[in-house]
Amino acid sequence: MDDKLIVRGREFGSRFFLGTGKFGDKEAMRKAIASSGSELVTVALRRIDLDETDENILSFIPEGTTIMVNTSGARNAAEAVRIAHIAREAGYGDWIKIEVINDSRYLLPDNQETIKATKVLSGEGFVVLPYMHPDLYVAKALVDAGAAAVMPLGSLIGSNQGLKMRTLIEVLIEEIAEVPIVVDAGIGRPSHAAEAMEMGADAVLANTAVADAEDPPLMAAAFARGVEAGRMAYLAKMGKERKGAAASSPLTGFLYDE
Amino acid sequence: MMSKSLRGIDLLHLTIDDIRRIFAVDDRGLLEEMAHAARELTRRQFGRTISLYAPLYIANYCENECVYCGFHASQKSMPRSKLTMEQIDRECEALAATGNRSVLILTGESRFHSPPQYIRDAVRIASRYFSYVALEVYPLDEEEYRELYLAGVDGVTLYQETYDRARYDELHLAGPKKVYDYRVSAPDRIARSGIRHISMGALLGLTDWRRDVIALFEHVRSLEKRHPGVEFGLAFPRLRRVADDIHQYQEVSDRDMLKIMCAARLFFPRVGISISTRETPRFRDSILEFGVTKMSAGSSTRVGGYLEGENKYEDGQFEVFDPRSFDEIKAMLRAKGFDPVVTDWRNIVNS
Repeated sequence: MDDKLIVRGREFGSRFFLGTGKFGDKEAMRKAIASSGSELVTVALRRIDLDETDENILSFIPEGTTIMVNTSGARNAAEAVRIAHIAREAGYGDWIKIEVINDSRYLLPDNQETIKATKVLSGEGFVVLPYMHPDLYVAKALVDAGAAAVMPLGSLIGSNQGLKMRTLIEVLIEEIAEVPIVVDAGIGRPSHAAEAMEMGADAVLANTAVADAEDPPLMAAAFARGVEAGRMAYLAKMGKERKGAAASSPLTGFLYDE
Repeated sequence: MMSKSLRGIDLLHLTIDDIRRIFAVDDRGLLEEMAHAARELTRRQFGRTISLYAPLYIANYCENECVYCGFHASQKSMPRSKLTMEQIDRECEALAATGNRSVLILTGESRFHSPPQYIRDAVRIASRYFSYVALEVYPLDEEEYRELYLAGVDGVTLYQETYDRARYDELHLAGPKKVYDYRVSAPDRIARSGIRHISMGALLGLTDWRRDVIALFEHVRSLEKRHPGVEFGLAFPRLRRVADDIHQYQEVSDRDMLKIMCAARLFFPRVGISISTRETPRFRDSILEFGVTKMSAGSSTRVGGYLEGENKYEDGQFEVFDPRSFDEIKAMLRAKGFDPVVTDWRNIVNS
């Protein structure tokens, strides 16, 4: 099946993105990336320590994987921009996941500041994937600001609650045609990932549910398959769910009575 | 099974009133349930990671008379000193060489000997060696905090000691610390200054720990609402009696400590909780699963302790009960399935 995801001109064979935080050991993280087949991983700049080679998270990421640095810790657009600049200067490439969070209890993204940071960084040539609260106007503003994809939260970060934002994400999928929609945050099970893909999301990003599993590499593979299954179902144009049985004699038959 | 008086409590949606009820009983079944819920929640929020840091004492002059503290002003046998900037540089170098990237700079509470400018200059030096610089110093004015923030301070630790005003007055005999209100209002000033992390705590044992912990939780919760962008941290140091202190204190058992830490995690799912080297290795290692996100490692509580190396546990503010080195703590964490996090912030030039 030739069904590549394309983000700002770069092709991805897998529609599963993996976050690298929260793993109990980096070797398990490395194996999870490998077993999932994920070709894009996110890494928090704050966790990268260049001085310590045996600890450096980057040395556990397989060759050829696209590394997208996230701006974890940024509380406003200016801080996100500064973090992106440090990442670029340190040689981590131009792929940036913007996370602007000014709420430490729920970790909700600040949409307004996210738009500002997207605009600045896109203007500087970064490939910007903003994490956002699913709002249609904001999604359109992000596209206008130059976002390479839009990443709405499924539910609160780390909550494993799945697609609590389902209705609003469906609106984005319907209305945003210019860039891919990547469902990020709250995806707690492979079935949640499958559900997002069946809806028509272009990709799914997970972290906690994989890192926190007893066997992270196995869970990562399960997520990748959930994503694949959901994508195949979407492409196969599955039948709509029906409440009750379909009437065997058509309700509109009277129109055609002779 | 929980006892009858606790029916209806939902551990994942605790209210302050629930915590009051929980603290009022000694219920083994409940504690077990709390431990399970706290462990689950901590894993979901922080994964299997523990951040490491080390304290750096740069001065121990003090103007206060806190009866329970080894640093207090009239403690004439305590050698007093203050590092020069050159010495601070060398201390930072020695500490950073152990692999540590996160530092907590401490002074005694003396505006005269360790004024804000002195602290600021120390912060500028430390910022060159560490990716995260926090302070534990006397409370300051908002403008002073702002200056320290601009100099590179990422976090401030400030313990209220006790929220019982009468007891506070009784135990703080003299010195600027005697003004309860200036200390209790400091976290608001820190938050307004731009500083991103604030660690708070009570010195458990000064009075009934239940009342102090409840008051601390209420204080932090109200701050969270006023300053949602600030990351709050909690610590629960237990009082260790110093030699010449004759005051009556209330013991906080290991069981109480576990209950407090689990309650903190359940009430504040995202708050960082640290465990100090005042606790024994056995207790520190056992309690890790239930909410701890931060621990000090390879600590010296003595001014100039990292360069001197040898005598680093003598003449400290308090006795270090966990003398393990930075590398030993890392190895212990790995053996327990935790990833020791050395770098969890990057200096992004505060503005």
